[in-house]
Amino acid sequence: MTLTAAQAKPAPALLPRARGLRGALSDLFWRRPKLLLLLMLLPPVLWLGIVYIGSLFALLLQSFFSIDEFSGLVNREFTLKTYGDLLQAANLDIILRTVTMAALVTFASAIVAFPIAYYAARYARGRWKALFYLGIMLPLWSSYLVKIYAWKLILAKEGILTWLLAKLHLLWLLDAWLSLPIVGGNSLSVSSTGTFIVFVYVWLPFMILPVQAALERVPGNLVEASSDLGASPGQTFRNVLFPLALPGIVAGSIFTFSLTLGDYIIPQIIGTSRLFIGQAVYSQQGTAGNIPLAAAFTVVPIVIMGFYLWGAKRMGAFDAL
Amino acid sequence: MTSAVSFARVSRHFGSVRAVDVVDLDIAPGEFFAMLGPSGSGKTTCLRLIAGFEQPTSGSISIFGERAEGVPPYRRNVNTVFQDYALFPHLNVLDNVAYGLMVKGVGKPERQKAAEEALSLVRLPGYGARRPSQLSGGQRQRVALARALVNQPKVLLLDEPLGALDLKLRENMQEELKSLQKALGITFVFVTHDQGEALSMADRVAVFNDGKIMQIGTPEDIYQRPKTRFVADFVGSSNVLPPDFVQRYSGQHRWGSLRPESIRIGRAAKGDGVAARLVSTNYLGATTRLALDVDGLRLHAIMPAGAALPKAGEAVVLTFNRDHLHLMDEPA
Repeated sequence: MTLTAAQAKPAPALLPRARGLRGALSDLFWRRPKLLLLLMLLPPVLWLGIVYIGSLFALLLQSFFSIDEFSGLVNREFTLKTYGDLLQAANLDIILRTVTMAALVTFASAIVAFPIAYYAARYARGRWKALFYLGIMLPLWSSYLVKIYAWKLILAKEGILTWLLAKLHLLWLLDAWLSLPIVGGNSLSVSSTGTFIVFVYVWLPFMILPVQAALERVPGNLVEASSDLGASPGQTFRNVLFPLALPGIVAGSIFTFSLTLGDYIIPQIIGTSRLFIGQAVYSQQGTAGNIPLAAAFTVVPIVIMGFYLWGAKRMGAFDAL
Repeated sequence: MTSAVSFARVSRHFGSVRAVDVVDLDIAPGEFFAMLGPSGSGKTTCLRLIAGFEQPTSGSISIFGERAEGVPPYRRNVNTVFQDYALFPHLNVLDNVAYGLMVKGVGKPERQKAAEEALSLVRLPGYGARRPSQLSGGQRQRVALARALVNQPKVLLLDEPLGALDLKLRENMQEELKSLQKALGITFVFVTHDQGEALSMADRVAVFNDGKIMQIGTPEDIYQRPKTRFVADFVGSSNVLPPDFVQRYSGQHRWGSLRPESIRIGRAAKGDGVAARLVSTNYLGATTRLALDVDGLRLHAIMPAGAALPKAGEAVVLTFNRDHLHLMDEPA
């Protein structure tokens, strides 16, 4: 019946344009897709290009100025004097400490993240997968400061960790560790070990997610094929799983490494009084009022990350992307 | 003589699903053995049981006389050509082929020489430096074959290896696989859902359905003398004839099967035979497939190309040699 009704009034081959401005715009964008692309890209390009890159560039420019030691005023003449100051032993110490911490945190994050990511990619299905994402993302939804202060309490001498170890009669182990130079201290919350633990905790999701994404793309039958060809589980890990997960590990390490290089809150709240790069920037531009040196300090992580990415690319870490 | 592969009352259940249900099977050394069945019939699970990716829920599996339950895949001298080849994307072709030797600790020059030889065997010499992604489907298939053969396995398992290839390539590969198997003398166990492939390549065929083996035999056995309605229908789409129909021509009240090519068609006016109506014709190139209606029973016949055919809807008589009417074991 409906068919015959439709046949009575034949539909036109071309439909009329939608009425008003909306119809005109739709047709215009369809005919000129590049115009739409331009309109969509303009705001983010302005934001990134002018506000972000521009201010970064202004900051870099500052590092080539110097400070007049008597008046404390910035002398706006190009000089490398500030970089000379940066290379003083005390400052190099800060840089070395920060880079070592960032490397250790990255390494530990990769080791902790891999089994979790592997489980999520290969075994978790349906509800368990949702639970996995929730478990990984949930800590990211709560305030960074709240988490760090929570860790301060956990790691404190009167905290739950000390209490737990005492119950387990393992306090001697903690005391032995804390009596070591560099990594030790009065309690975990005022030791480099504490800083390390909190860094690993806070940045771990940024390692797990890219590794999981990389493992997700490894077909399960490659693992079977490796086993079928005589490779033990260890050999399969070294020869198949690890190389194929490497792009994810590198992507994750870019997060953990650069975030540790730049962070100044965690080492301020948890750890020793020895400075990290972020804290040095903070104190130079704040209390010391030495903007050029603060700017020179910020150049350090940028240069290190540049070398890091270049090295990762040379290693072929991005080939599988 | 010891069987290459022997299943004794093997079952593999996944929860309530009986993927493999009490299967007995003996594959002779040097045999080209096909496991044929529709998807979900348990044939691939049987292959995975031999490879060691699955463990039987009950029953025992022996490979060349040695009990294989609990032995992981990497301790079995059995290799698999996977359905989608499963080549390692981060290794070049030569390293893919040499992988099995590499993990066994064979030195680099030696394993690369062996890999080159294996690549020559599958007619891909000089392809070693390429990445799997740079190869065509047929070439990947050969690399997967070379990667398995380089280990000189006692049994080679092939999981639908020709499934992803186009028709021409399939036919070439069928011949090649067959001659390769003859030359190497390795036991091949081949899983397929394509009855033509199974019949043309295998020495013996096991027909699977619902986790059970319906029939094991030579291709001729399976094709000419199916034991059950399922086998008759699945292998070459034979006409399955109900007991009442069969009784009229053989005197026995049993299920029967009649090959489409055994049926002759004549004009209704002349000759005696079974009265039928031609429902439709289906042109297949070398042959034409006819659908016939005999009192509500649908039969198929195959005519050579060029034969004069009646029109659809016309009354015809069909005749067949009564010797070609095969009586099946399946109870009426």
